[in-house]
Amino acid sequence: MELIFKKLSQLSAGLLFVILAATTLVLYWSAKPAIEAFGVGFLIETRWGVEEPLVAAGGQLESSDELTGSDSTDGGDDDFIDDEDDFIMDDEDASDDTTREVYGALVPIVGTIFSTLIAMLFSIPIAMGIAVFLAEIASSSIAKPVGVAIELLASIPSIIYGMWGLFYFGPFIASIFGGNTVSLLVAGLVLAIMVIPFMAALSRDAISTVPDMLKESAYAMGATKLEVIKDVVFPYAKAGIIGSIILSFGRAMGETMAVAFVIGGIYQFAGKVTDPTNSIPVVLANSFAESSGLSLSVLFYLALVLFILSFIVIGVAKFYFLRRK
Amino acid sequence: MKFKKALALGVLSLTMGAAAHAAKVEGTGSSFAYPAYKAWSKAYYEDTGNQVNYSPTGSGSGIKEVSAGHVDFGGTDKPLKSKVLAKKGLVMFPTAIGAITFAYNVEGVSGMKLSEKAISGIMLGNIEYWDAAEIKADNASITLPHEKILFVHRSDKSGTTFAFTYYLSKMNKEWRKKIGAKKVVDWPSTNRIAGKGNFGVATAIKSNAFSIGYVDYADAKKNGLDMAIIENREQAFVKPTPGSFEAAATYADLDPKKDFYANIAYPPKGYPIVTATFALVPQLGENSKEVIKFFDYALTKKNSLIEKVGYVSLPAAVIKKIQGYWVEKGLK
Amino acid sequence: MRLIANRLFLIFSTLAALIGLFFLGWILFTLCAKGLAGLSLQVFTHDLIEGGLRNVIVGQIIMSGVATVIGIPVGILAGVYLQEYGGDSKLTEFIRDLSDVMMSAPSIVVGTFVYAIVVIPTGHTSGWAGVLALFILMVPIIVRTTDDMLKLVPVELREAGIAIGASKYHVTMNIVIRYAKAGILTGILLAFARVVGETAPLLYTSGSSEFWSTDLTGTFPSLTVSIYNLATMPDEEMVQLGWTGAFLLTAMVLVINLIGRYASNDKRR
Repeated sequence: MELIFKKLSQLSAGLLFVILAATTLVLYWSAKPAIEAFGVGFLIETRWGVEEPLVAAGGQLESSDELTGSDSTDGGDDDFIDDEDDFIMDDEDASDDTTREVYGALVPIVGTIFSTLIAMLFSIPIAMGIAVFLAEIASSSIAKPVGVAIELLASIPSIIYGMWGLFYFGPFIASIFGGNTVSLLVAGLVLAIMVIPFMAALSRDAISTVPDMLKESAYAMGATKLEVIKDVVFPYAKAGIIGSIILSFGRAMGETMAVAFVIGGIYQFAGKVTDPTNSIPVVLANSFAESSGLSLSVLFYLALVLFILSFIVIGVAKFYFLRRK
Repeated sequence: MKFKKALALGVLSLTMGAAAHAAKVEGTGSSFAYPAYKAWSKAYYEDTGNQVNYSPTGSGSGIKEVSAGHVDFGGTDKPLKSKVLAKKGLVMFPTAIGAITFAYNVEGVSGMKLSEKAISGIMLGNIEYWDAAEIKADNASITLPHEKILFVHRSDKSGTTFAFTYYLSKMNKEWRKKIGAKKVVDWPSTNRIAGKGNFGVATAIKSNAFSIGYVDYADAKKNGLDMAIIENREQAFVKPTPGSFEAAATYADLDPKKDFYANIAYPPKGYPIVTATFALVPQLGENSKEVIKFFDYALTKKNSLIEKVGYVSLPAAVIKKIQGYWVEKGLK
Repeated sequence: MRLIANRLFLIFSTLAALIGLFFLGWILFTLCAKGLAGLSLQVFTHDLIEGGLRNVIVGQIIMSGVATVIGIPVGILAGVYLQEYGGDSKLTEFIRDLSDVMMSAPSIVVGTFVYAIVVIPTGHTSGWAGVLALFILMVPIIVRTTDDMLKLVPVELREAGIAIGASKYHVTMNIVIRYAKAGILTGILLAFARVVGETAPLLYTSGSSEFWSTDLTGTFPSLTVSIYNLATMPDEEMVQLGWTGAFLLTAMVLVINLIGRYASNDKRR
C-alpha cells in the first residue's frame, strides 16, 4: 500500500511533465509544415494570408499574363476563385500553383503584447488600490462583503466580459477617446477590468498574511498608514503581490473570449491605441475551424508561439521575483 | 437557491430526456446557413423526433469535416465542382438563397444609392470620403459629410466574404485581377476594422459612425442598419428586399448535371449580391438517407420558415430538380 | 507633509477601489438586466433545440464534473508528492515550476493541443475531448492548492504520526490530508468554478449540440459554446437565450464559489 501510494503520487507528478512535454511536442509537430515553409522569419513577417508569386516556380510572367488574358470572359469562368478548399487531401494538385500564401505572426504578436501591457498598466494600480483598501483601510464591516464580491467577480466567465465590452464598454470608450468601438485600447481595458478582481483578491490575501505585530510596532513608532504600507506591508507581501501580477499577466495574455469581439481582428499594426489590430488567441479562435493544410499548420505555429511566450513570461518572472524570498 | 431548484429539476428531467431512440444526424459548416438549418431542425424534431444537430463552424470546416467522413453532412456557401465532389465521393445540392447587403451608418442618410463605380472605388480604396464625386453623383438629394469612409469586414475566414468578393470579381475587372474571390482577403482599403461573424460586422457598423460593410440581410435587418440601394447588371438601382432577391434567384443556373455548381452572384436582373448555400452529403454515407429525408422535409414542407430569418426559398422548379438528383444518386 | 502624502494615498486607494468596483458593478448589472429578462421555467425544462438550455447546462456540468473527478486524485497525489516525498530536491522544484507554467498556459492553446491529439485522430469533436481539455486546465490548480495547503500542516503532526509507528501512507492520508482537507476542498471547488466557465478550450474540442446527450464519445452540449453561438445570431430570441445562459453560468460559478468559501470558513472556525 505504502509503495503503491508513493508510486501513484510520483506518477501523478510525472504526468504534469508528460502533459507539458506532449503539448509542446504536439504543437511543434502540427506546426512543422508551417515552420518549414516560413522558418523563424514567421515571427517578423507582417503579412497574413497574402499571395505572393513563387519565384522558384519561374511562373511569374506567365501567371500575370494569364490573369489579364482571362479578363474578357465574364460568363461561367471562375478562374479567379481561390481554390484552397478543393485541394484538401489531394495536395498533388496544388503543387502547380504559381503563387503561395505568406503568413506572418508579427501583427498578432505585437497586438498580444501591447493589449496585455495596456491591461497591466490600468489593472495594477486599481487592483493594488482595492487590495490595500480592503486589507488596511476599510472597516471590516465594509471590507468583508466587498472582499467577497471581488472574489466572486473574479469568477465571472471571460466570455461575458467580451459581450459586455462589445455592446457597452466599446462604444463608451469610443465616445471618450474617439476612434472605433473596437480597438487595441478597448481590448486592453476589457482585459484590465477582467483581471482586476483576480489580481486584487490574490494581493489582498498576500497583504493579509503580514503579521499584525509588525504593523502595530510600526504604528507605535509613529508611522503613518502610507509608511506602514510602503515600508512594512509591501516588502513583506512582495512575493505574493508580484505572483498575483504575473498570474494576471499570463491570464490576460492568453485570453481569447474577452478579446475576440473587441480588438478589431485585422492584420494591421495599431498606429494609435484607438486603432484595431489583432492578437494571437483571437487569430486562433477566428480561423481555426476554417483552416486546413498549411493554413491550419500556421495556426499551430501561432499557438506554439503563444505557448512559448507565456512560458517565458512565467519563467522570467518566477526566476527574477519569486526566488528571492 | 433558485438555482438549486433548477438543478434538481434538470436532474429530474434527465430521466425523461432519454426518450425513444430516434435518428441522429450531425452536420457542420457554414454559419451563414445556421439560422435556416436551426429553424428547420427545430421543426423536424418537433414533428418527427429525429435529431439534426448542426454546428456553425464555417464553410471551410463543413467541407473539411464531411470530406473526412466526420459528419453526416456539411454546409458550405462556396460550391465545389463536380470533379472535386466525385473525388471525395460527395453529392451537393443547394438548400437556400441568401443575400448580402451593403449596410452603412451615416447619420441622417438613408436610402443611399451606390453605383458600381462607387462600390469599386470604395472597395479598392480609391474613394476615401463619403462626399466623393462618385457617390454624390447618384445621391443628389442627400448631403453627404466630408468624413472618411470606415470599411467593416469579417475578421474570420468566411463564406460570406467569399460570396461578396465573388460578386466584386464579377463586377470589377481590377478587383478580379488584383484580389479575386477568397474567404479571407487582404483588403486594399486602409481605413477599416473587422468584426467576427456577420454579427460582429453588423455590430461594428451600428456602433461606428461613417462606416460601411457587407453583411447578410438578416443581420442587417435585425440591427436596423441602413442598407444601400445598389446598381445591378442592367444599370438599375435595386433595393435589398426579399422581392429583389427572389428576382435574382430566378436566374440562378442550378443544374443537377453539374451537381448544382453555381455561384449565383451578379445575375442579369434583380439584386446583385446573392448567394446560395449548399449541403454536402457523402453518397455512400450510412446516415446519408436520413440527411436527405431531413432536407426533403425542409424543402417541401417548411420552406417558409427560413424566410422569417432572412433567406429566400429555392424556386419550386429547383426543388423538383434536387429531388430528381437525390433519386438519381440513389439517396431517395 | 507626511500626513498629506498619507491622506492622498488613502484617497487614491479608495478611489481606485471605487473605479474598479464601478466597472465590475456595471458588468454585473448588464448581465442581470439582460439575463433575468429571459429567465423562465422553460429554460430548465427544454433543450436548446426547443428554445431552452437544459441539455447545455447539464452537458457543461457533466464535462466539468468528469474532468474534476479525474483531476482530483491526480492533482492531490501530485501535490502530495511535492510536499511529502519530493523533499527539497531540484526535481521537486522543477515540477512545481512546470505546474505553475501550466496554470498560466493560455486555455486556447490547450484547446488546440487537444484538437490535435483527440479531434483530428478520432475525426470528430467529442465530450471526452472537452473533458481532457478541462482536465489539463484544472490539474495544476489542484496541485498548487494541495501543495500550499500541505505546506501549512505543522511538521510536529507528521513527526507525531511517525513516532507512533504509522507508515508514511497512513500519516499522509489520515493526518496530513485530513488536517488540510478544508483547504484542499476549497481549491477543488475553485478549480471547478474556473473550468466550468471556459469557452475557448471547448470551441473546437467538444463543439456543442442542440440536443440532449449523455454520450461523451459524441459532440457534446456545452453551455459556454452555446452562449457564444447564440449571442451572435441574427434572431432576438436566440440572443436573449444567450444572455440568459450567460446569467445562469455566472450564477452557477458564483454559487460554487460561495460553497467553497463556506466550506473553508466553516472548518477554520
